[in-house]
This record gives sequence, C-alpha cells and structure tokens, in this order.
Amino acid sequence: MESLSNKRKEVNNKPLNFLERAYLPAIGQGLLITMKHFWKKPVTIAYPEEKREFSENFRGMHSLKRDENGKERCTACGLCALSCPAEAITMTAAERQPGEENLYREEKYAAVYEINMLRCIFCGLCEEACPKEAIYLDGDIVPSDYLRKDFIYGKDKLVEAPLNQ
Amino acid sequence: MELADIIVKFILVVIIFAISLVVAMYSTYAERKLAAFFQDRVGPNRAGPWGILQPLADGGKMFLKEEIIPTNASGFLFIVGPSLAIMTACIGSAVIPWGQKLVIGAHVIDLQVADINVGILYIFGVVSLGVYGIMIGGWASNNKYSLLGAIRAASQNISYEISMGLSIIALLLVTGTLSLREIAEQQHGWHWNVLYQPVGFILFLICAFAETNRSPFDLPECETELVGGYHTEYSSMKLGFYLFAEYINMFISSAVMVTLYWGAYNYPFMDTVAASVGPNAAVILGVVLMFAKIFLFIFFFMWVRWTIPRFRYDQLMDLGWKTLIPLAIANIVVTGIVITLINR
Repeated sequence: MESLSNKRKEVNNKPLNFLERAYLPAIGQGLLITMKHFWKKPVTIAYPEEKREFSENFRGMHSLKRDENGKERCTACGLCALSCPAEAITMTAAERQPGEENLYREEKYAAVYEINMLRCIFCGLCEEACPKEAIYLDGDIVPSDYLRKDFIYGKDKLVEAPLNQ
Repeated sequence: MELADIIVKFILVVIIFAISLVVAMYSTYAERKLAAFFQDRVGPNRAGPWGILQPLADGGKMFLKEEIIPTNASGFLFIVGPSLAIMTACIGSAVIPWGQKLVIGAHVIDLQVADINVGILYIFGVVSLGVYGIMIGGWASNNKYSLLGAIRAASQNISYEISMGLSIIALLLVTGTLSLREIAEQQHGWHWNVLYQPVGFILFLICAFAETNRSPFDLPECETELVGGYHTEYSSMKLGFYLFAEYINMFISSAVMVTLYWGAYNYPFMDTVAASVGPNAAVILGVVLMFAKIFLFIFFFMWVRWTIPRFRYDQLMDLGWKTLIPLAIANIVVTGIVITLINR
C-alpha cells in the first residue's frame, strides 16, 4: 500500500554488527551529542530577572484604567462581575461626593473593587463586557504568594498609577 | 622522624582532607550545573552569584533536617553504615602523590602523606572496604529496597574489582612496582602509562565507574526500581554522608587514574620548565596540572552520567564477567609477551 503520510518506516530487525555490539562507538556518539548541547545557549531563562516577550493579545493581570485627566473610569456597573464565569470579581459602589470630580469620571464609582486571582481564569470577558473601557488584562503574570488572602487584589493593586501633573 | 616533619605531615593531611571535602562539595554543584548545561538549562543560580553558595545551602539543609531512625532498624549499624562509607572514602587519598618533593632551605617536603611500597594494594583495600558501608547501611535499614540496593552494590563491586585488579596487573608488568610514588616518577615528561596501556586504561576507567556507583552503573540507587536504593531509609546528614562519599570516591578514583595512567604530576618539557623558573615553581605547576587532570576526569564522569542510560542488571553482569574479564586477561597476556620480547 502506498503511504499516505510519508512517515512510514521499514522495520528492520537485522542483528547488530560487531561495532554496534561493542557499545563504545555508540557511547562516543552519545557523548558528542551531549557535548554539542553543552555549548548551546540554554533554552530556559532565569525567570523573575529575565522575562520572555509576551504576544500582543496576552492576557495578564488586570488594571483599572484612568481617563486622560487621571480620573478613574470605572462606574461600578457590575457588568464585569456578571460576565465573569469564575465569579472572581466583586465590588461595592458608592456615590461621588462634591469635590471628588477630579477623582472619578462618573457619578457612581467603585469604593471597593476586588479580584480573586486564584479564581480568575484570565478569559478576558470582563474586558469585553466593560462599557466604560475601564478594565484591561494588560499587566504582567500575577506573582506568587504564600497565603490565599494575599491573592485577593484590591484597588490598591489594580488601579493604574495616577498621572503625573 | 623529627618534630618538624611530623608537623609538616600533619598540615599536609589537613590540607588534603580539606581539599577532598571542598572538591566533593563543589562536585555536587558542578554536577547540577553541568547537568543543566548538557540539557540546555540554566542550572542553580539563586544562592550567591551563579549559585556558587549552593553546596553550603545544601549542607545546611542536610544538617537541619530531622534525624529519622526507623523503629525496626538496627540502631548501631544504621549509624555505622554512613560513617564507614565516608571514612573509607576519605582515607584513600593518603597514598596518592600530589607532586614532586618541595625543597625549602634544608627541608624536603614530600607532597604525599604516606609513601608506602604497596600503594596500589592499599587503594584496593580501601575500595573494597567501601562496599561495607553500603552493605551495612542497606542491611540495617530493615527495608527490602535498601537490602536489594545493598546486594546489588556488593555484587557489582565484587564483579568489577576482578577486572580492575586484572587491568592493574598489566600495568604492574610495565612499571614493576606497587608504589604510587615510583609509578608517578617513571612517567617523567610525557612517558605516560596510558600510551603503553591504552586497553588497560579503558578497562580501569569502566571499572572505576562501576566501583564509584556512578551512572551508567548506578544500579544500587536505581530510583525507578528501588525507591532510593541502599539509602532509602536515610535522612538528614547520614544521607548526606552517603551522597558525599560518592563524590569523594569520584575525586579519589580520578586521582588514582591520573596517577596510574595519565602521568600524575608530570607534564611534557618539565625539565626545561624546571631549569627556567626554578625547581619549586615547576613542582607547584605540576601539582596544579595534576588537579587540572583530576578535574577533567571528574568532568568526564559527569559528562557520561548525563549521556548514557543505566544498564539493565543482567547487562551489567554480562559486561563485567563476559567482556571485561576476558579482555583484561588478554591484555595481561599481550603485555607479558611484548615485555618478554623487548627485554630479550
């Protein structure tokens, strides 16, 4: 039968000749192969110090965005929490007080906004659901930690740094 | 023997002891680092720059771990095992000549702890004692895997000691002496024994791998079959001693191979060098070169470990009894005939 994949190999059971039985030439070949690898550049990296380049659509840690005037975009509508298949997001809304117009863009804002990074599956549905373009998964890999409670990220870790005046 | 000589010998013993321990310590680091390079990895790099403090961290961990002696283990022998292993590993270095004699003023310093006239026999005695450490430890653990590992180690060492001894006999036909100092002196310049005994050297090398329980002959600690082998039940520094003894053994057997076959501290044009930079500087250069050769052998041990898979047990025995011993005997016969023809 004709081969479809061109990957077929003839099985060959001919007995080993003397050189093959003597091990040593084969061991020499093996040593040469490992020696070649010895001089190769390692394929792994020293991770926290060196980082690999992410692809353009990489989804990492969330960040809550500010607008061009440095006000928080989030209006605590809860659509992200609703869209989240892992139920990782929770928030408490609050009303903007007079004098806080430079802090929050909308009249309602999220007083508490928490994402449980152990639940999050980094699917990006919150990003798609957000009507205010307030949340993006454009950060780094979420760092490791020792305690479960330390993986619940609040606004202190999520909100973008304020604009420099 | 004068007091000064005793003090000098004592200092020499301490230095050699310290060197073999430090070399063994850094062999663990080198092994992990080289394994990484052979496998295209980075290797340990957290403790200190490039991870050079890693052996200290490992040692500290070993000391701080909980000491466990199984209830049904034989308590005394359980402790004797690793002690014997590390002790026999350390005393092997006593007869190895590390360099020619240094002359400082009126004093002549011999860079060898004990120049006994049966140096090779002493080495063989120490090597065959080494297996007791493993056997006692494996037996005292009262664990079938430990016992199997110990039995394997014992039968493997006994089988390979025969061909090792036979390959040495061919060398003794060439050198005519058992003293390691005299064998080293005979290889002056480039008259290295490996040029006269290439087959003997390869046999000795293979047997050295088997005697030190290194891959591809590391069946005594074959994890896939025996959990951990003879040290399954060991923890903390007693386990550390077993692992450490393996690395010291590797260092000592590299030193023995260099002394017997690769010209010890001799190097080509050593007389010219001695004439131009003075005798003591030439001696020190010889010591440095001897250590360079030893490190090359340790590198080779590790290179082989990360290249070749482990032998199956029957293949191991076949190789030892059906290939190496006949080859070694043939080597003796051929060497004997050639020496007779030359000396006629």
